[in-house]
Amino acid sequence: MNYFLSEEQQMIKELAKKIAEEKMKPVREKYDENGEFPWEIVEALADADLCGLYIPEEYGGFGGGVLELCLCVEELCKIDGGIALCVAATALATFPLLLFGTEEQKKKFLPDIASGKKIAAFAVTEANAGSDAAGIQTTARKEGDFYILNGTKCFITNGGEAEIYVIIAMTNKGKGARGASAFIVEKDTPGFSFGKKENKMGIRASSTRELVFNECKIPKENLISREGQGFIITMKTFDASRPGVAAQALGIAAGALEDAVKYSRERIQFGRPICSFQAVQHMLADMATKVEAARALIYATARTIDNDPKARATKCSAMSKLFASDVAMEVTTNAVQVYGGYGYMREYPMEKRMRDAKITQIYEGTNQIQRDEIALALIKESARSK
Amino acid sequence: MNIVVCIKQVPATTEVKINPETNTLVREGVESIINPFDMYAIEEGLRIKEKVGGIVTVLTMGPPQAETALKEAISLGCDEAVLVSDRAFAGSDTLATAYTLARSIKKIDDFDLIICGKQAIDGDTAQVGPGISEELNIPCVTYVKKIEKIEDDKICVERMMEEGYAVIQLPIPCLITVVKEINEPRLPSLRGMMKAKKAQITILNAADIAAENNRIGQVGSPTLVSKIFAPPFKGEGEMILGDVGEQVEKLVNKLKETKVI
Amino acid sequence: MSIRILEDKCTGCSLCVNSCPFGMIKVVSREEAGKYHPKYKKIAVIDAGCNLCGACEEVCPFGAIVIKKETKEQSVDLKEYKNVWVFAEQKKGKVQGVVYELLNEACRLSEQLKEKVAVVLLGEGVEKEAKKLIIHGADIVYLIEHAVLKEFQDDPYTDVLADLIRKEKPQIVLMGATTIGRSFASRIAARIHTGLTADCTGLEIDEQEKILLQTRPAFGGNIMATIKTPYHRPQMATVRHKVFKKRAPEEGKQGEIIRKIYDENLFTCRTKLLDMIEDLTQKVNIADADIIVSGGRGLGDPKNFKLVEELAQVIGGAVGASRAAVDAGWIPYSHQVGQTGRTVCPKIYIACGISGAIQHLVGMQSSDIIVAINRDSNAPIFKVATYGIEGDLFKVVPALTKKFKEISG
Repeated sequence: MNYFLSEEQQMIKELAKKIAEEKMKPVREKYDENGEFPWEIVEALADADLCGLYIPEEYGGFGGGVLELCLCVEELCKIDGGIALCVAATALATFPLLLFGTEEQKKKFLPDIASGKKIAAFAVTEANAGSDAAGIQTTARKEGDFYILNGTKCFITNGGEAEIYVIIAMTNKGKGARGASAFIVEKDTPGFSFGKKENKMGIRASSTRELVFNECKIPKENLISREGQGFIITMKTFDASRPGVAAQALGIAAGALEDAVKYSRERIQFGRPICSFQAVQHMLADMATKVEAARALIYATARTIDNDPKARATKCSAMSKLFASDVAMEVTTNAVQVYGGYGYMREYPMEKRMRDAKITQIYEGTNQIQRDEIALALIKESARSK
Repeated sequence: MNIVVCIKQVPATTEVKINPETNTLVREGVESIINPFDMYAIEEGLRIKEKVGGIVTVLTMGPPQAETALKEAISLGCDEAVLVSDRAFAGSDTLATAYTLARSIKKIDDFDLIICGKQAIDGDTAQVGPGISEELNIPCVTYVKKIEKIEDDKICVERMMEEGYAVIQLPIPCLITVVKEINEPRLPSLRGMMKAKKAQITILNAADIAAENNRIGQVGSPTLVSKIFAPPFKGEGEMILGDVGEQVEKLVNKLKETKVI
Repeated sequence: MSIRILEDKCTGCSLCVNSCPFGMIKVVSREEAGKYHPKYKKIAVIDAGCNLCGACEEVCPFGAIVIKKETKEQSVDLKEYKNVWVFAEQKKGKVQGVVYELLNEACRLSEQLKEKVAVVLLGEGVEKEAKKLIIHGADIVYLIEHAVLKEFQDDPYTDVLADLIRKEKPQIVLMGATTIGRSFASRIAARIHTGLTADCTGLEIDEQEKILLQTRPAFGGNIMATIKTPYHRPQMATVRHKVFKKRAPEEGKQGEIIRKIYDENLFTCRTKLLDMIEDLTQKVNIADADIIVSGGRGLGDPKNFKLVEELAQVIGGAVGASRAAVDAGWIPYSHQVGQTGRTVCPKIYIACGISGAIQHLVGMQSSDIIVAINRDSNAPIFKVATYGIEGDLFKVVPALTKKFKEISG
């Protein structure tokens, strides 16, 4: 399929593929096993200039957009869906700054992110607030030129490893979702510590951790946009970041498909390669069709967002994430099936893909929430057209 | 420090096969790469530049297509690229190649250090590096696994030997060839790739380097390839069947027959 | 020498394209090439990488390819050059094993040429070795002793040998393809302006022309090439250790020791040898071993190398490894066999849990006997194996060790 990528976009794909093959592949098993954070890969990506693809050139980035990010994430995830998260989750935390940050905030934080010197994390989720952002209990109270943060965030990707955190906290609890605000908190700020590190089913190379704020004092300049904008910031951030999750799912699925086709040609049963059996052929055909459909949807969504970053893209963004993650789950499950018993064994990289794929249906809004958003957008559009 | 790295574009060997009927190389779909050992030479050149400053010029002799190898070197961080290309160079053996490269290096002008990979994976001769140093009349140390020290007028290197390594000091200018133990080559960066796309490659022909006619190409090559053939086919091996006990028993008997064990 | 396509004769049939061992011929449209012909639409063009081997000239049915062999200006009077020389590489005063192998080959070649065998020995206090070289086949030993020549150093060694070659005019010069030999031979050849062929696996004398035919592998062993040096002398070659058999000593054999004295003021020595460090991990010289037992990824864990080591110990072999095992950090690099490791040629090579990537195969496929033990019957290693055992190495290898132990008591 020809997606009419520019020469630069082709280069990004080629380079990301190279890093995935040469740097990530030899270590993916190790990181999946021990759950350590893959700093060596962050360094490799930084050296390759791939950390700032979506950051404007004036802040040290490459000046691309969501599509460039997606192309990179897809290629990396073909080899490992967990390690690549260090970039994807950083992008999630960078979008609030890109979309709503002041010039000072951008100048202060973006260059280090673009160069790969620092990674970032975005924290909304709490024990009792995930999909329901209005249930957030972390608070920020203003005292003079400072805000004081209290509360605990959980399941935060890049937690403990990131230097820059974007935290959603309540400045006015009475207003529900409209009382939430977004703050930048740097690691090593007094009163900010890390709690439990999660032991996960998949994406084990990614750090998922609790953030604990106890009278954590930050300068008021670290407020993003205005008080009460936290919910809007979160929603618009998700609009931009969900194609990234979709690209992660796509990469995992595409990698699984590629390996499954190859394996089906090598594996001999009843005296011939299993790819000669129609039962296997049809599975592969369905897998390939769905992967390609997901890719087309994601690239189109990314281009829509890049074309007008200010416009809301909730519907297509949610569709990409919903579709690609469901495809990833299905394709990896079937890829394990093609591998048969070997697919179930840790020695082969297939069962890992199945474990990694699952999270894409859950985080940055479960797929149930995505359907809600898509439906809501549909109804609104219909109402407006009347 | 002015560093010249000599590289060669080679086919990725794993794919090179010989057609047993025609005795010719099967080259369809064979990808061209920078000789893997030269990647270590490029990396070492870049590391030295990053440490003491200077520029890295990458040099190759070959057909016009070798430009892709030079562009890849630029994407890794090399500053300048020179392609020495001329029909008159056709048929060069290692001596003529060494001469041609040496002439080109003289043309490049001031150089302090020349770095080559220990050998190319297509020819495996390891002759061009020392040959260049002889042509330029500069000292040379082959099989360098570490550069211990770099000063303005000398460097100190470790040369890998069969039983260990020798520590050798050389005055600058000089030439070294490097082994894979010396470093881990980097991958290109996106900015490097963009730079490579726009990079201007200097192309030199036989006249540009003022080469003597009887020292280049086939005429300047003392050696001639008189025949190319596939290595003798080993023939079908024998699979030893049976349970583990039987297999071992049979194998041990076969090996005993050889009287080696 | 030059190659030309005769425009009026070329039909664009492409036969030459397939004949070119180097893929240097393309067939393009004549229009594109600006070579119009009333009948033929296409024409062959020759790329710059052509080395004028002549394969295309032979296959062209139309005589459209012409290679003009200019009568080469003979750089030297070939008749003046006589005798087969071997450079006697010595370390710490001891002549290296490969030299005795080369001597054997030199004797064979010199018999065909009806010439003498001479050895060049540089060092300090090495006269005893010179005598040993004579009983191992040398008719003449050129002995040059000097403190500067005690251990190998590129500059003075090149000065001395190049000068000796110019004066004595040998027909053939052979060296071991060692670290020293390969660098040294290259410099000598460049200084004298003669041909050198590295890593030869076969040397023969052409009956008619009385010149040396040097056969060597290229492309990591996928191809063999025979190379000659028709118009330059001496004809130089390096040969790896273990390619030829060592010559048995012949007690009482007579020979001449010719001492040459060099004025040290004539030596250049721009490099300074500061230190020589023996590295114990590198001491395992697998290239020397008659038997090698190698382990690969199939061992699964570094501690399982014990199985390979035990077998090697019982049968008196060295331990080798595939790149996968080395890269995983299970065993030091010095044990690595293959394209990026050592090339080995033992009498018996036992590969345990090595699938046999081409890069590994090129490093060991010339072993006399190859035994492959692997659980995957499709592993490429079985294609080069003399004996293959499809099975679990964790059962087979210990059983082998046990069996050999029983035999040796």
